[in-house]
Amino acid sequence: MNVAVLIKQSPDTAELPKVTVAEAQSGELQATMVINPWDEFAVEEAIDLSDRFGCETVAISMGREGETDALKHALAMGVDSAVHVDERVIDGGDEWATAEALAAAVKKVDTGEEVELVLAGKMSVDGNSSVIYAGVACKLGWDLLVNVTRIVDIVDGKLIAEQAFEGGQETVEVPLPVVISVAKEINEPRYPSFMGIRKASRVTIPTLGCDDLEIRPSSTTRWTDLNKPEPEDVQVRIFDGASVEEKVTQLADALMAEKVI
Amino acid sequence: MAILVWIEQNDGQAVSNCWELLAKAKELGGELGADVAALLIGSDTGEAAQQAFAYGADRVLAANAPTLEHFRLQPFAAVAEQAVERTAAIAFLTNASIRGGVLAATVACRRSAGIAANATDLKVEEGRLIAARTIYSGNIHAEIQFESSLAVASVRPRSFPMPAPRDATGTVENLNVGPNEDEIRQKISEFRAADAGEVSLTDAHIIVSGGRGVAEDPPKGFEFVGELASTLGAALGASRAAVDAGYIPYKHQVGQTGKTVRPDLYIACGISGAIQHLAGMGNSKIIVAINKDPDAPIFQRAKYGIVDDLFKTVPALTAEFSKRLK
Repeated sequence: MNVAVLIKQSPDTAELPKVTVAEAQSGELQATMVINPWDEFAVEEAIDLSDRFGCETVAISMGREGETDALKHALAMGVDSAVHVDERVIDGGDEWATAEALAAAVKKVDTGEEVELVLAGKMSVDGNSSVIYAGVACKLGWDLLVNVTRIVDIVDGKLIAEQAFEGGQETVEVPLPVVISVAKEINEPRYPSFMGIRKASRVTIPTLGCDDLEIRPSSTTRWTDLNKPEPEDVQVRIFDGASVEEKVTQLADALMAEKVI
Repeated sequence: MAILVWIEQNDGQAVSNCWELLAKAKELGGELGADVAALLIGSDTGEAAQQAFAYGADRVLAANAPTLEHFRLQPFAAVAEQAVERTAAIAFLTNASIRGGVLAATVACRRSAGIAANATDLKVEEGRLIAARTIYSGNIHAEIQFESSLAVASVRPRSFPMPAPRDATGTVENLNVGPNEDEIRQKISEFRAADAGEVSLTDAHIIVSGGRGVAEDPPKGFEFVGELASTLGAALGASRAAVDAGYIPYKHQVGQTGKTVRPDLYIACGISGAIQHLAGMGNSKIIVAINKDPDAPIFQRAKYGIVDDLFKTVPALTAEFSKRLK
């Protein structure tokens, strides 16, 4: 059983507010690009599973030509190999085109044993959709677990995991193969080691392009009216007073008048 | 032709955000000339099905079986697809909860339908449904037009006002309940419901949050913040700094790597207002900042502020509201 982990290269979260409409439209961002922070949990879990169950791990990322920094980060953390998928294979298609390309890549990267487990982060900080992994499960015809907080065991072709949702937490058992999105609670992602970074820098990452993956890109939505909301110019009203009591009385008056309490 | 709305249930209880969505669907249905159909999937759908009529559904479809007691994607998606077909749905809408998000995505992908995930608004223009949403963590807004015959959207909680129920009942249409237990691959061995009585962050009208400002005495600080929250019937939130420092569990975290919320009132106690925190709560209707640092960035986004020590201010505010809300 091998493990594939899907990752995305996304802007550093501190630089998200600087993204302009033109950049969002073209996809050419000035921001510092890093591994999507949610995906670090998926990478960490893949490495942890390889320690526990002796499986091979491969990181897969779709992006622009040469956009491999996130994959290098995953390699430096400790995944065994990495594959880049050239985003031109989806020809500007939608989420389901992306999912189809990633599913095809999962099938393509089979090295020795088959990939039977796909891990993904819960969301990207740029697309904010949380739908790609669901699409990948759908295209592969595999089961899907979401917001997994712990992989308890993998035994006799079955995976046992804990998943959390708004109303509680449950332990679920599912036969492999399966796609899993991981929650933040699942682990503490490691920092790449110096040796890891050096090793990763020497790796040549193979790319899967239009000749390798046959995708019929779908296009089911049209995005229009992209705009950047200017933060409302709220002038803060600071309540002054000789004592804390005076200040909170004024604040309580204001909030009662707003009818929010 | 219908707009189909999934009514999520936890422990038999309908998730109230779904009524906001159902009422909005009713408004959109009027403009599009479509019925509004509520979809219930569970082992105990009776009460929620009647509530769906009261909140405006023209039709209510239900799949009721022990196999559907807990959410499992395989049978739930099968029932939802059946309902899409049965009602000739032009739109399938869910609450953007963890389960609503994954059900919407799965149904959309299977039916090659366009999806607007985590939408914040829905409207009709020139006879077409349009969804609004944000990308880049709230920094870019976009509108989404659908090119597919079915439009799918998961909609953020509290995007629309909560409707008042009307006096209406109806006959529930029964759906085929989907695969047998033998055919369902996922097995749930243990189920633990969340703490009863705790106000959830995404549903809350008021949130009181604590941050690094509690550092001099974290247990005391969060005790004060928690007391203010319970006095106001509010949910308890926290910044990443407070969670990372171990002052409070992750489930309370608001922000980029926590929950995205938009309450009517957000009271930030000892939170500096890092960009990542603002990404999660910047859309709150009214933001109040309590911080002893007058230069804290949170004051640039707040409507009201008190520059003082939270260890003095928060208990005083609790005492003041205890008096007034008696």
